[in-house]
Amino acid sequence: MTAAAREEVLLASRALGGGARQVTFSVPDMKCGGCMTRIEKALSALDGVEEARVNLTLKRVTVRWHGETPPLLEAVRGLGFAAHLGEAQEEKKDETFSRLVRALAVAGFAAANIMGLSVSVWSGAGEEARNLFHWISAGIALPALAYAGRIFFASAWEALRHGRTNMDVPISIGVLMAFGLSLYDTATGGPHAYFDASITLLFFLLIGRTLDHVMRERARGAVKGLARLAVRGAYVLEQDGAKRYAPLEDIKPGMVLLVPVGERVPVDGTVLSGASDLDCSLVTGESAPRKAEEGSTLQAGTLNLTGPLTMRADAGAQDSFLARMMQLMEAAETGRARYRRIADRVSRAYAPVVHLAAFLTFAGWMLAKGDVHDAVTYAVAVLIITCPCALGLAVPMVQVMAARRLFDQGIMVKDGAALERLTEVDHAVFDKTGTLTCGTPRLRDPAGYDPAHLASAAALGAHSAHPFSRALAEAGGGRAPAFKVLREIPGCGMEAEAGGATYRLGRPGWASAESLSGLEAGASCVILSKNGARLATFFFDDPLRPGAQSAVAALTEQGIGIEVLSGDRQGAVAALARHLGLAAFKAGMMPDQKIAHVERLTAAGHKVLMVGDGLNDAPALSAAHVSMAPASAADIGRNAADFVFLHGNLEAVPQALHVSRKAARLVRQNFAIALLYNAVAMPMAVLGLVTPLIAALAMSLSSIIVVANALRLTAAKPRPSSPGPEAPLPAPRLIAGAAE
Amino acid sequence: MSVLVWLIPVSLLLGFAGLAAFWWSLKSGQYEDLDGAAERVLFDEEDRPKQNGKR
Repeated sequence: MTAAAREEVLLASRALGGGARQVTFSVPDMKCGGCMTRIEKALSALDGVEEARVNLTLKRVTVRWHGETPPLLEAVRGLGFAAHLGEAQEEKKDETFSRLVRALAVAGFAAANIMGLSVSVWSGAGEEARNLFHWISAGIALPALAYAGRIFFASAWEALRHGRTNMDVPISIGVLMAFGLSLYDTATGGPHAYFDASITLLFFLLIGRTLDHVMRERARGAVKGLARLAVRGAYVLEQDGAKRYAPLEDIKPGMVLLVPVGERVPVDGTVLSGASDLDCSLVTGESAPRKAEEGSTLQAGTLNLTGPLTMRADAGAQDSFLARMMQLMEAAETGRARYRRIADRVSRAYAPVVHLAAFLTFAGWMLAKGDVHDAVTYAVAVLIITCPCALGLAVPMVQVMAARRLFDQGIMVKDGAALERLTEVDHAVFDKTGTLTCGTPRLRDPAGYDPAHLASAAALGAHSAHPFSRALAEAGGGRAPAFKVLREIPGCGMEAEAGGATYRLGRPGWASAESLSGLEAGASCVILSKNGARLATFFFDDPLRPGAQSAVAALTEQGIGIEVLSGDRQGAVAALARHLGLAAFKAGMMPDQKIAHVERLTAAGHKVLMVGDGLNDAPALSAAHVSMAPASAADIGRNAADFVFLHGNLEAVPQALHVSRKAARLVRQNFAIALLYNAVAMPMAVLGLVTPLIAALAMSLSSIIVVANALRLTAAKPRPSSPGPEAPLPAPRLIAGAAE
Repeated sequence: MSVLVWLIPVSLLLGFAGLAAFWWSLKSGQYEDLDGAAERVLFDEEDRPKQNGKR
């Protein structure tokens, strides 16, 4: 297993030339400088390591080494930190961010200098000085506009080319018109120039845009830093018996693969030899482990729990279960792309009004005075004063604040538009295993068993990786017989000897031949036997995820219809639905049925929120109007979801809903403020009363008001307003197996 | 009035110097790990920012 981990490091690394390689992995638990130096020292001490550099902000470590791959992950794990390899290709730097920051710096520099010159002009510089200042301003503004404005111009052009408009179209027109007119006035020695207005506008808008980007990248980075669940490669058994570690893409149907304990099955296949138990919860939603033996078929992504398996690949990586899910996801994604962001919707109504007003101003002044220059000046003043500076900030600022507040609560928002979509939700669809429940079994009612039997079972279970064994080991304790010759029989259970007797802990039928009456087939239970005679039967259930009950209650209270879609058995799903008081549930759902169900709901006019974690949920996550996944979800599910919550508490769902609704309210308020401002300022501009000084003041003031209003979102106390996080009750128990 | 001939270029030059300094600091990766930089100052080891500009 460590060898496999080392091979994975090699696959995730990239060559730097000269035999050096570099890899980046995330260490999410790093907190302080102490952790940082300990990790750097431990890694630098390894053979071949040239440099180990921690990035504490991103919680990542970059290591460069020579020659053979050192045990990097083991070294970090040895210090007590979790370490996860990231995506291999994510090495490239965030280009958009550096472009935004550079543009921001240029715009800030230009705005400050031009504003300084403008202040002298406003304070009554003589004509000669004024003209000089205007020329200098023009000289600063032109390159700044070309550099910093590019971001807006390109986006506006892109929209116009496709016959659409967005917020950047009126911005670009306003800025360019103001600059053009000012340049003309400078050349002809006119008294007014709007260089300061056009550059300050860019500066403000870039601030909003940069913050928006930073917030989103932070959330994405945090999601990327989570443990990777998909495998990168597998051991291939060559015909001459040699073992070779091959990347996933190189695996062809017919190859013989080895799946060690604790690894996930790389591709779909058939077991050639060996026996084991498989954890399918992430793949199919089944809560109980499934037995695998010679001839059983394996699905890619299932976790091998107890015994090494030799398998034959029946499909390449590109035809495996995972790849099929990806195809379903791509097919489903079209629905969400149709969503138009609120800012774009507003600007579609707003831009024509503003441009019409500017045109009417021009026409009116032409009729009244007949002077082209004056008419153009006033029309441009209208464009500048109404230029949606406040509008351009109204939405991103609120969303940045909302995303930050959610980030602090451990909820990652990957996109601002997701916040807008979440407010529209009227129907929530939950997956069962791993979403409403924890996905790991727990011993039901530990006090109800004979303590001696429980202690024996715990002692036996401590030697196995099977979830039932681990649940027993966790629940039990106390004096147990001194077990000798412990061995695990994969697919069956544990066997050991003590005092001349043979103890077995495992499946009914194997541990004891006694027939069990009154048990549903496939029930989650394990038997402890002595010389074939049953001592105790242990039952397990899948406990509810913390906060599940209050989350369901909070959503129901807000009039959101809730449904459970699960790939698990009817009985288990029904028990859970009954426990949560939900009438609507569907069991045994295949991934395409889940999508079909979500699409049916969407077609019926519902806006669906999908919450799920498994591979089988991923397509439905992208088909839904908006989606959430826990941090424990499968990689593609996490990538498909709009929200990822890290703390494992399902109350994240109503919390996110609450914050998004609050954000929507603030966005509406901001729009109202901007509109009010326009209602006051526009008549002044139309009448030709707006000088560059008034324009600069009015614009800054409206932006500041809008930003201040957005800040109220974080100023509010985060907790009490959110729908009641109750006292940490012990997680409610749920009978997931033989309840009926 | 004649003093402006000096003052304006000087102020612009200083502004440019500031912009260039910011640009350089951005390029040399000084903003990549703000939390880490704050902690590194407390330790005695090598504390120069990372040198290779590729990253």
